[in-house]
Amino acid sequence: MIQFDAVTKRYPDGSVAVHEFTLEVPTGQITVFVGPSGCGKTTTLRMVNRMTEPTSGRVLIDGRDLTAIKATRLRRGIGYVIQNAGLFPNRTIVDNVATVPRLLGQPRRAARRHALDLLSQVGLSAELGARYPAQLSGGQQQRVGVARALAADPPVLLMDEPFSAVDPVVREQLQNELLRLQHDLGKTIIFVTHDIDEAIKLGDHVAVMRTGGTLAQFAAPADLLTRPADSFVAAFVGRDRGYRALGFARADSLAVIDEQPVRLGDPMTTARDRQRDGWVLVVDTDRTPVGWLSPAGHRLDDTIAAAHLNLGGTLARRGESLREALDAALSSPSGRGVVVDEGGRLAGTVTAAQVLDGVKARAADGLARSARQGGRG
Amino acid sequence: MNSLWSYLQANHAQLGRWTVATLWLSTAPLVTGLVAAVPVGWLASRNRVAALILLGGTGALYTVPSLVMFLTLPGLLGTRILDPINVAVALTIYSVALLTRTVTGALSAVPADVTGAATAVGYNRFQLLIAVQLPVALPVIAAGVRAAAVANVSLVSVASIIGTAQLGQLFVIGTNTGSLTPIVLGLLLFVALALVIDLAIVATARILTPWRQAATR
Repeated sequence: MIQFDAVTKRYPDGSVAVHEFTLEVPTGQITVFVGPSGCGKTTTLRMVNRMTEPTSGRVLIDGRDLTAIKATRLRRGIGYVIQNAGLFPNRTIVDNVATVPRLLGQPRRAARRHALDLLSQVGLSAELGARYPAQLSGGQQQRVGVARALAADPPVLLMDEPFSAVDPVVREQLQNELLRLQHDLGKTIIFVTHDIDEAIKLGDHVAVMRTGGTLAQFAAPADLLTRPADSFVAAFVGRDRGYRALGFARADSLAVIDEQPVRLGDPMTTARDRQRDGWVLVVDTDRTPVGWLSPAGHRLDDTIAAAHLNLGGTLARRGESLREALDAALSSPSGRGVVVDEGGRLAGTVTAAQVLDGVKARAADGLARSARQGGRG
Repeated sequence: MNSLWSYLQANHAQLGRWTVATLWLSTAPLVTGLVAAVPVGWLASRNRVAALILLGGTGALYTVPSLVMFLTLPGLLGTRILDPINVAVALTIYSVALLTRTVTGALSAVPADVTGAATAVGYNRFQLLIAVQLPVALPVIAAGVRAAAVANVSLVSVASIIGTAQLGQLFVIGTNTGSLTPIVLGLLLFVALALVIDLAIVATARILTPWRQAATR
């Protein structure tokens, strides 16, 4: 367990980056430090591997004061991932990943073999191992950075805005893979970001920090959205927090309506017969939804083709969050949100009104629960 | 051209010895200078006060005219005036002066991401220098070594005035006998020598930095 015990970082010019910061970081989980720039989140993170030493206060790992451990030895036992990956440009990918095991005295061949395994674990092919960092894309470099941090199997991983410099699509892939890796590995991860959405997506717990380096709130993401501690946290968490909190509400109990779909290639007359409120759902041969069709305005002797479709609606996975279900309903031209099963095949549809009923039922549940807990925070 | 050829044939043994001496006099100080410049440049790259003193000091050394250096060193070292050691020491001093600045700049230009990551995975300062900073800084250092090499070759020719046995003697002979042939031959040999040393440095740097070639493919 990592503990911050009233740590303060004051620079010689008198500015204070971190002020009396106290926190226990839960073992085996992802803790996200989030806050505006200048809130001291990176400075606090760097105290864990002694890249920054606190002016006062202590940082402890499993009860041991960090200053009692030699800095180089401490660092070899803590994985570290930074924004632009910071790969060594003069070493091949495999040798970059093998860095820490080599420092710990592992023979070169064994370290390289293990490095190749790690590359596949972070979703890179072994062929990339012989290349140099400059020959990889930013997203690939970042994966190598994660593999390098994991190479010596450290119990603790520090990640300093690791995904901020890649484009949104790659960022989402990297986030999902981090969650998948963490599911298997169960590391104690401290993750620094300025992006509240990233914090909410990745964190088991989120520590919101405010300018001046103090802790504003430490809570699970759902609690942060529904019960911000003060107006700073409320403002930082943002406008759509009510809607985003639905992302944590599972849609298990949500019933779906049967939908009578048509297939690509069916005659337009079938679409006219099966339409409801002017719209009919079109699926392909294995019942995967492909789009909505409004039969009005098309010739009845036509057959249904991809060009006729409205592709507006998003898909909600069955049993996932109320947020997904609501988004599917709101984005659908028919007002009916498409729900799919695990295989991506049509399960049925839901309307926004149905989702909102689910939200109401959940709110009533929540009220009852907090009444039982005596209003405990 | 004919006179060049006949001069070469008549004096090939002497010219061979002089070429070897010139090559030796210009490259040995370069190697010694680089070895000395790495720790000095490293210190200067780590500490601003050290940089001010070290770069100022080595910069001042470089402004001492070469002829003055060649003539005062025997007194300081207790060597004979014709001893080639004087030339070697003088050129080593110039090489250190030039290369300290180069090494300081090259080490400071290693991206902070890279040195930060190296520190974070647990390299100590010495390992960081050997395993990360020097390899990454090598292309910039090599460029500085090329400049110092060419400067050394031309300074060796100046040393002929004090009478050391090397290719610069061709200029002295040409001047004394009023013949252009040895002067032209000397010029050609010096240019060829500078070119060969330069190419050797470029080739060495290329072999030591396969990652740079890979990056531009």
